[in-house]
Amino acid sequence: MKEPPFPMLAQGKVRFVGDMVAFVVAETPEQANVGAELLKVDYEVLPSVVGLLEAVRPNAPQLFDDVPNNICCDWELGDKAAVETAFKKAAHVAKLSLVNNRLIGNPMEPRAAIAEYEPGTDRFTLWTTSQFPHVVRFLMGALVLNIPQHKLRVVAPDVGGGFGVKQFHYGEEAVITWAAKRVRRPVKWVASRSEGYVSDRHGRDHVTEAELALDETGKFLAFRVNTLANMGGYLSTFGPNIPTNLYGPLLGGVYTTPAIYCNVKVVFTNTVPVDAYRGAGRPEATFVLERIVDVAASEMGIDRVEIRRRNMIPKEAYPYQTPVLVQYDSGDPMGCLDGALVAADVKNFGVRKAASASKGKFRGLGYSTYVEACGLAPSRFAGRLGARGGLYESATVRVHPTGQVTVMIGTHNHGQGHETTFAQIVSEKLGVAFENVDIVFGDTDRVQFGMGTYGSRSLVVGGAALSKATDKVIAKGKKIASHLLEAAEVDIQFEAGKFSVAGTDRSKSFEEIAGAAYVPHNYPLEVLEPGLEEQAYYDPVNFTYPGGCHIAEVEVDPETGTVTLVNYTAVDDVGTVINPMIVEGQLHGGIVQGVGQALFENAVYDEGSGQLLSGSLMDYCMPRADHLPMMKVETHSTLCTHTPMGVKGCGEVGTIGSPAAVINAVVDALSHLGVTHVDMPATPNRIWRLLQNASLPVAAE
Amino acid sequence: MKPFAYHQPDQIPDAARLLTSIEDSKLVAGGMTLISTLKQRLASPVALVDLSKLGSLKGITDGGATITIGAMTPHAVVAASKLVQTKIPGLAALASMIGDPAVRSRGTIGGSVANNDPAADYPAGVLGLGATIVTSMREIAADKFFLGLFETALGPGEIITAIRFPVPLKAGYAKFKAPASRYALVGVFVAQVADGVRVAVTGAGPGVFRVPPMEAALSSNFDPSAIAAIKIDTDGLTSDIHAEADYRAHLVTVMAKRAVDAALS
Repeated sequence: MKEPPFPMLAQGKVRFVGDMVAFVVAETPEQANVGAELLKVDYEVLPSVVGLLEAVRPNAPQLFDDVPNNICCDWELGDKAAVETAFKKAAHVAKLSLVNNRLIGNPMEPRAAIAEYEPGTDRFTLWTTSQFPHVVRFLMGALVLNIPQHKLRVVAPDVGGGFGVKQFHYGEEAVITWAAKRVRRPVKWVASRSEGYVSDRHGRDHVTEAELALDETGKFLAFRVNTLANMGGYLSTFGPNIPTNLYGPLLGGVYTTPAIYCNVKVVFTNTVPVDAYRGAGRPEATFVLERIVDVAASEMGIDRVEIRRRNMIPKEAYPYQTPVLVQYDSGDPMGCLDGALVAADVKNFGVRKAASASKGKFRGLGYSTYVEACGLAPSRFAGRLGARGGLYESATVRVHPTGQVTVMIGTHNHGQGHETTFAQIVSEKLGVAFENVDIVFGDTDRVQFGMGTYGSRSLVVGGAALSKATDKVIAKGKKIASHLLEAAEVDIQFEAGKFSVAGTDRSKSFEEIAGAAYVPHNYPLEVLEPGLEEQAYYDPVNFTYPGGCHIAEVEVDPETGTVTLVNYTAVDDVGTVINPMIVEGQLHGGIVQGVGQALFENAVYDEGSGQLLSGSLMDYCMPRADHLPMMKVETHSTLCTHTPMGVKGCGEVGTIGSPAAVINAVVDALSHLGVTHVDMPATPNRIWRLLQNASLPVAAE
Repeated sequence: MKPFAYHQPDQIPDAARLLTSIEDSKLVAGGMTLISTLKQRLASPVALVDLSKLGSLKGITDGGATITIGAMTPHAVVAASKLVQTKIPGLAALASMIGDPAVRSRGTIGGSVANNDPAADYPAGVLGLGATIVTSMREIAADKFFLGLFETALGPGEIITAIRFPVPLKAGYAKFKAPASRYALVGVFVAQVADGVRVAVTGAGPGVFRVPPMEAALSSNFDPSAIAAIKIDTDGLTSDIHAEADYRAHLVTVMAKRAVDAALS
């Protein structure tokens, strides 16, 4: 893999519009803006390239002198020979070319940061809108500015939305931290929305060719995928990991396809760097797979639900080893499908379609039976795949002398409601009232090292660490209780906040045990330390594999090409549900983001100038409340076999499952006209163009 | 936003005087376009002359065969006006489709018409109804007012005080909203008036324009079917990331049919 350096400020060459060239520190934002306007940058305009297909052509403008053809890495996964053999035996081969459109995350709060330097202690503090303050401390302190970790505090309090965009270490954080020491004043920076468009890391942007080999009964024999993935102008924090490690291993989906081969060429272009955006690699994989399944079904004349059933991994077959590294521990895709067929009232779809037709509208139904891998991640596994960090999580449970609890956790909350979910876990396990549990996160001075929040990992990995730390508190409490109750430790039971001697009515409350731990007069000091505070780190043994069945129903107005999402049903297996309302909220938000990609959102560059054309909310269409129907969201859970609570994670499932469901519905609505694929976003103009082409008489060969 | 002087006159002549005496000064009505331009530092007027204290510029008056809407009347007031809803329902409908509730509560008819954004809604209503733009100096017929991209017949120091709309026999507006901005990707206003039919299109090109073939067809048969086959020439139409010119041309016919439908309903 080619790893050209990513300087804080461009050195000699600007590689994308939005690449930082200089920064101005002033007393007021107005002065800083005036200063920036006075800067005269003497640009020599070089040829640029923004599109993937153009960037890999011979003689394309090359971003880095030592990166020929702009190819950062040429990655492959799977058994190429086995796939080739299977294709030779195939009764049918379905082919699909598609584009996965570039997205811009648009969290409600733009990125912002304040850096301070204290000369007396030689300490830096960076307040930043980060999803992982400890990792920023490590990356910026150890790898960028050479500040010892103990001299750098990174604070990320409540942050107004992240979606991955705030997961990376950004140059702005480093330059203002550097500047704070130089000017001996706190330095504040807040991105405008326009600045965010050209500097927040973008998502997706693939061009893919896929082929699915099937036998005469519609059984999948092999799947071959070739993808070009746009990296933008530099490697961002997780950049090349997304279209490779988080993409290829998902190409098995919920099917028994025995042979899979995937090649990904990761390509530099003169665009904003691309990195993880909600779903990160997995929506792209799901889109390719769930689309080509529909294409194959249509070409072979097999019902779309039936072809899925014929290839689905049965519930009894779990744990299931796929040919692309991952082993699914649990799942019931057929159960999710059956539940969704009922919830979406599929049996009466024909009636609804006829009603639409009577108004001159085309109605379509689309399925996405998908699985994803989240709860990032088993460190060893990640290391084998080339990741350079561990992916465990940490939690400290501090029981105060009066029995209230403060939890320090290494995950980060930016809108997910972790304070609620984590406090529920502690409250239920320790029998402490919910309001007596406080969750602390987002401050490297207050919280032990943690990896932050992304990849639907907070409950799965952070919650597991929290569960383990809580178990340690209970174990120590039992030792204290055994001493106080003069009973053997094995006879002490803990339930509903009470330590009791089995078979007796003798007991001590959780508060009494906490009190004894901190006032150890009557206490086994010879064998037990005072205090009641426990810490745990949890490194997952596997990914978790939530998934499910999403069914989208759309209506197309052929006169204008407008697609209206009229019904949406999701039946998901997210494992144990701790808080149903939060799970439903995550599903709603995730689905809306996927619908956004399918129907509205598109980051567009001008090919000649490399300027971002969709650089504002006036030009980049975010999904809005009036674009969406009421959604039906249900769970059909199987328990994860390797997480302490059976949880699987739910932060990204909506975004991963939904684009394919929506586009499959759009294609279904237009299938009577011979339409076999629609690229995202399915805008009115694009649909109208397809209809125009479909209605033109076919030219004689 | 760069610093600027701020004036809030309470008489029209004072406003006009400020506008002519201070070079690089700008009028601000609802500010729905100007303020965001200032915030993006794309404009840096020396002074803003705020029209909000000019009480005579607000309100809607019934002139029998006409309705006069003061230049500083917000879109939401026009949309909710019983008078407009009764006499020119198509115009009330147009006002209700502008932007979003926040924009409709601040944005004004005078500001919209003076700005002449190529995708704004009001220019279609004003031109489609053959309204008269009343200014601090004169009256200008809609057909002579809109000169092209953000250009109007307004002279230096001239302030729109009201728009006078003739009450039509029938009128309707149909708008295909640009999905992100909610401006008109294409908006068509159709009005049947005493001496014929007027069809005005916004959003499709660099400025609002009329469609004589549709006007002729609808004059003899005021029904959507009369214009279904009329194709718009794509020459001069806008092509951008939201819509290609031929799609916009197609939408003109579709929206014109829907505007006729709206007028008939």
